[in-house]
Amino acid sequence: MSYYVPVIVLGGLAAFFAIFSLVMGALSGPKRWNRAKLEAYECGIEPTRQPAGIRFPVKYYLTAMLFIVFDIEIIFLYPWAVAFDRLGVFGLVEMVTFVATVLVAYAYVWRRGGLEWD
Amino acid sequence: MTGSFAALAPVIPTPHIEYGQLSPMLLVFGAAIVGVLVEAFAPRSLRRSLHLALTLGSLAGAFVLTIVIATSSTLFAGGSAGHIAAMGAVAVDRPTLFIQGTILVLAFISVLLIAESSHDVSAFAAQAAAVPGSPEEREGLLAGISHTEVYPLTLFAIGGMLLFPASNDLLTMFVALEVLSLPLYLLSGLARRRRLLSQEAAMKYFLLGAFSSAFFLFGIAMLYGFSGSVKLGAIAAAASGNTASSVLLYAGIALIGVGLLFKIGAVPFQSWKPDVYQGSPTPVTALMASCTLVSAFGALLRVFYVAFGQLTWDWRPAMWAVAIVTMLGGAIIAITQTDVKRLLAYSSIAQAGYILTGVIAATTAGLSSSMFYLAAYGIATIGAFAIVTLIRDPGGEAGHLSSWAGLGKRSPLVAGTFAFFLIAFAGIPLTSGFSSKFAVFQAAAASGGLPLVIIGVISSAIIAFPYVRVIVLMFFSEPAPDGPIVVRPSAYTSLAVGVGVLATLVLGFIPEPLLRLAHDAAAQLFVR
Repeated sequence: MSYYVPVIVLGGLAAFFAIFSLVMGALSGPKRWNRAKLEAYECGIEPTRQPAGIRFPVKYYLTAMLFIVFDIEIIFLYPWAVAFDRLGVFGLVEMVTFVATVLVAYAYVWRRGGLEWD
Repeated sequence: MTGSFAALAPVIPTPHIEYGQLSPMLLVFGAAIVGVLVEAFAPRSLRRSLHLALTLGSLAGAFVLTIVIATSSTLFAGGSAGHIAAMGAVAVDRPTLFIQGTILVLAFISVLLIAESSHDVSAFAAQAAAVPGSPEEREGLLAGISHTEVYPLTLFAIGGMLLFPASNDLLTMFVALEVLSLPLYLLSGLARRRRLLSQEAAMKYFLLGAFSSAFFLFGIAMLYGFSGSVKLGAIAAAASGNTASSVLLYAGIALIGVGLLFKIGAVPFQSWKPDVYQGSPTPVTALMASCTLVSAFGALLRVFYVAFGQLTWDWRPAMWAVAIVTMLGGAIIAITQTDVKRLLAYSSIAQAGYILTGVIAATTAGLSSSMFYLAAYGIATIGAFAIVTLIRDPGGEAGHLSSWAGLGKRSPLVAGTFAFFLIAFAGIPLTSGFSSKFAVFQAAAASGGLPLVIIGVISSAIIAFPYVRVIVLMFFSEPAPDGPIVVRPSAYTSLAVGVGVLATLVLGFIPEPLLRLAHDAAAQLFVR
């Protein structure tokens, strides 16, 4: 049970911070209501409506997808880096295989123009 | 603090992988990755031929490796059922090798259809990202290009199909399911003609497929909650020693069953099949109707025979119901179809029902007859879809049955071959359809499934009606003046059709060799 104490403490801290921020914001912050503030997804400006049926570029999705691929790669690299001496040659071979497959995907994106913004 | 954690952490043995036993899958996946590199670095003019050599070469190589593994003396030494490789993740046993060999042969023939490029540029879109009817699309079509990513995508899908029936734990099985499904979702949206229909098919397949994956995953969670393991053997052990509540177990069986039956296209999870089969490029439909079906049945057989093998009395009633509505539903709705690809889709649903009667038997005979049926049906269905690619009008393939009227008078060989495949699907003697139906119904009857067999025979009689109607339409009605043209097939399509006809005939006349092979492969069921 004692192993869960840090988790519970961390959860308590997180909950305290969330509640504290909301309460303090509501109590001490200035309140100046306007149209932008009352939007469902408020970000400080009033949204402009797009004309229906037009296509607009969403180039960032490729960058985002690539980021996720490398993010996952790092997640797998961490535990390997901690225990690479005990995993030995097997671990090295498997990790090189894994990194190489990700590299292939990267080469494909690069060669097919996925990294060009315009 | 860190010290106490380290003391408690169990000693993890250094993992090891039997690369030799997994070599067929590794070869296919490796070729797929090389295919991505070809796509990245090879000039466009070379890509198609490079891909083709790589794809066909790796499939043939993987088939040879499968045979080498199956005949190896060490793996099955001393009457061993097989070996569980890769730290319990992948099972290498005789039924798996038989199923993988079947998938590789069927995939090879399907790739021949995918490679067909003589009577149009290809079956695949020039630029899948271009809006249908836009200037970009016209540009791509005029340039005469088509997506060559199709080949690596196909290889990834086939690699997943090889792993799916071999998975010995549910998480590996789920990964394999996604690896085989995701490329197929893409491929089904890449048709060169009738692109909106194709994109609709891809969308429906993706949404419903994701839904079924969620069922499958939820089932895994339930079974893990029940047994504390995702390994099939551990689940079986937990189930047989179970005395307390089994709500988690039954919920898990049901949810896993839904996920697998969706891939097979059993009623009531069949709604995607006609739409996807109709909208996808026909070579991809052939791949799905043969290889995906074999792979999904392989996984279904493994899960229900290994993990739930001692619970036959619990899952059998539900499977009975599914098999009955699949056989009858597929056959009855097939009568109303006016599109040839939709007709073949409902035919495939009904066939899935017949194979389910073999699965329900839960005996070695049930396993061997199911595997024989899958091989025989897969090869015939590729041949039938290959014929569909030949009948064309200005809009692409002439799918509507009205345009098939009088085809027998204008092109007797093509119409005759299609009629032969339909006769085989109906299960008329001296075709593989008869010998395979006979085998599964015999296995079902031997294990107390006589009512299922009777319903199967009734269903066969019902579905013979739409088949005969197509044959009558082709041979005994007048051709329309502006009917479709029958293109002359190139070597690729001819080979696919030829192999289909030959296999259907040979397996009808002398089914013993393949039946014996399936029987030997199934003799010890799956390795646990």
